[in-house]
Amino acid sequence: MLQLSNISWSIPGGEHILKDINLTFQDGKLTVITGPNGGGKTTLAKLIAGLEQPASGSILLDGKDITHMDITQRAKNGISYAFQQPVRFKGLTVRDLLELAAGFNLQEADLCTLLSKVGLCARDYMDREINSSLSGGEIKRIEIASVLARRTPLMIFDEPEAGIDLWSFSGLIDVFLDARRNLKGSLIIISHQERILSIADEIIVISGGVVTASGPKSAILPGLLSENDGGCDWCSKGPKKGGN
Amino acid sequence: MKTITEKLLETISDWKDGFSGAYSIREDGKCAEFRSTDTIRIEPKQDLPGLDIHVAPGTKGETVSIPACVTQGDIDDLVYNDFYIGEGADIIISAGCGVHNDSGEPARHNGIHRFFLAKNSHVLYREKHIGTGGGDGKRSIDPVTSIFLEEGAVMEMDTSQIGGLDDSNRKTNAELAAGSRLTIRERLLTEGNQQAHTDFEVSINGDGAGVDLISRSVARGDSHQSYRSHIIGNAKCTGHSECDAIIPENGTVSAAPELDARNQDASLIHEAAIGKIAGEQLLKLKTLGLTETEAEAKIVEGFLR
Ligand SMILES: Nc1ncnc2c1ncn2[C@@H]1O[C@H](COP(=O)(O)OP(=O)(O)OP(=O)(O)O)[C@@H](O)[C@H]1O
Ligand SMILES: [Mg+2]
Repeated sequence: MLQLSNISWSIPGGEHILKDINLTFQDGKLTVITGPNGGGKTTLAKLIAGLEQPASGSILLDGKDITHMDITQRAKNGISYAFQQPVRFKGLTVRDLLELAAGFNLQEADLCTLLSKVGLCARDYMDREINSSLSGGEIKRIEIASVLARRTPLMIFDEPEAGIDLWSFSGLIDVFLDARRNLKGSLIIISHQERILSIADEIIVISGGVVTASGPKSAILPGLLSENDGGCDWCSKGPKKGGN
Repeated sequence: MKTITEKLLETISDWKDGFSGAYSIREDGKCAEFRSTDTIRIEPKQDLPGLDIHVAPGTKGETVSIPACVTQGDIDDLVYNDFYIGEGADIIISAGCGVHNDSGEPARHNGIHRFFLAKNSHVLYREKHIGTGGGDGKRSIDPVTSIFLEEGAVMEMDTSQIGGLDDSNRKTNAELAAGSRLTIRERLLTEGNQQAHTDFEVSINGDGAGVDLISRSVARGDSHQSYRSHIIGNAKCTGHSECDAIIPENGTVSAAPELDARNQDASLIHEAAIGKIAGEQLLKLKTLGLTETEAEAKIVEGFLR
């Protein structure tokens, strides 16, 4: 179980981005976090994985205070995070990355199992460098595989659907359904996608740095789908028109 | 042959109790052993230290190994090796040089290699440089490589220097005729107070020819590296150079790429990136459970592979 209490985060020397977040992620549950762009979802994920440190508040994993642990320690304590924007490496291959993630050398059969989950053929990809030659969707799939390879109790995927083509979408859903079935901890997916929202147990909405709604899917989803974002206040008030 | 020479050979070449194919082993400034084959003739030069190596036209799938080892201080070896590759030949040449120095005196190897590739021939040239030994004596190398490609010839050069050399000064120049291609992949690692300088000068003289220079280097500690490349496009050709350097600690790297388009249809590109290890790469590997030190080592290892 992951518990966030009174978590706040501000841009160093600036604006408050997350304000007093209180959330609990139960074991065995798939939680989808959604909300408008810039709402603070990725920031929250980074705080959980240790890429950022909260200005205040505490984070407990299975009752253990991990607030001041660094990224490596959190990773070793069973947290995995698939980046929204995967990192490219000159020189490291897909195999290297997956082996680092798994923590041991992988046989070709292991690579096939892992990569086929994300719709890639191991033969074509295992020796590819994770450099700028990989397409946006390809690198996103490898990022997802790197988290699956770790088999940690807590997994966070940040917009895993971004860049994944329509044809592969159901495969991706299956990956999460499968992870959900064998879940020992919590599965957290940040997403804007209705089909991902529809497989959630719980849904959390983050907007403007605060939790604006959270609860079981049945309670949250209907309201979300009927909402309609009208853009920004300033433009809807109608600023000055014309070219002068 | 000395035991230390055998050790060095294992690191810098494919030596395993001997070589298959033609070879010549140079030890402390003298030729220790050499062997020609039916198609590859190795001849000591008459007027200068070094060899003339003739590869018969059409020779395919053979290898030539010409490693050079310096095993002690107070040696200043200078060698001239010329390779004449016959039309349509397709071979692998493995050079490389190991400098071992346990003494306080300087040890230096200076290999001057020229490659003359006839029409449509293909050479894969591998070159590894290392320095070993515990003495304070300076270990240095100053390789000079000149490459002349006739029409349709292809040369791929893989060169690496992974630590151990105090000072290296490498100069590589090439002239490319129509339809020929040159690819150079360079890997450099310097540490401590080591210095490495590399300088490329490539003239592309014929239509459809192209060069690709890819240099990746890591300057650790307080070491210094400089990179200079000058690509001259005299025809309808392509030229690409790429210099990527990582400076994990206080190392310094200067890169001075120069592109000279002397023909409207010359398409020349240069990319250079120098900096510390990308922070986000470290972050990603840490989220996989690696410590900062482990992550850095993996990134550098992959980068220099
Ligand atoms: N280091 C930073 N410096 C400045 N602003 C930042 C920084 N990190 C985050 N922000 C800002 O904080 C806000 C929340 O960002 P975050 O990436 O968490 O949003 P998000 O909910 O993940 O959005 P999206 O759906 O677009 O991915 C944004 O307005 C963003 O610009
Ligand atoms: Mg985000």
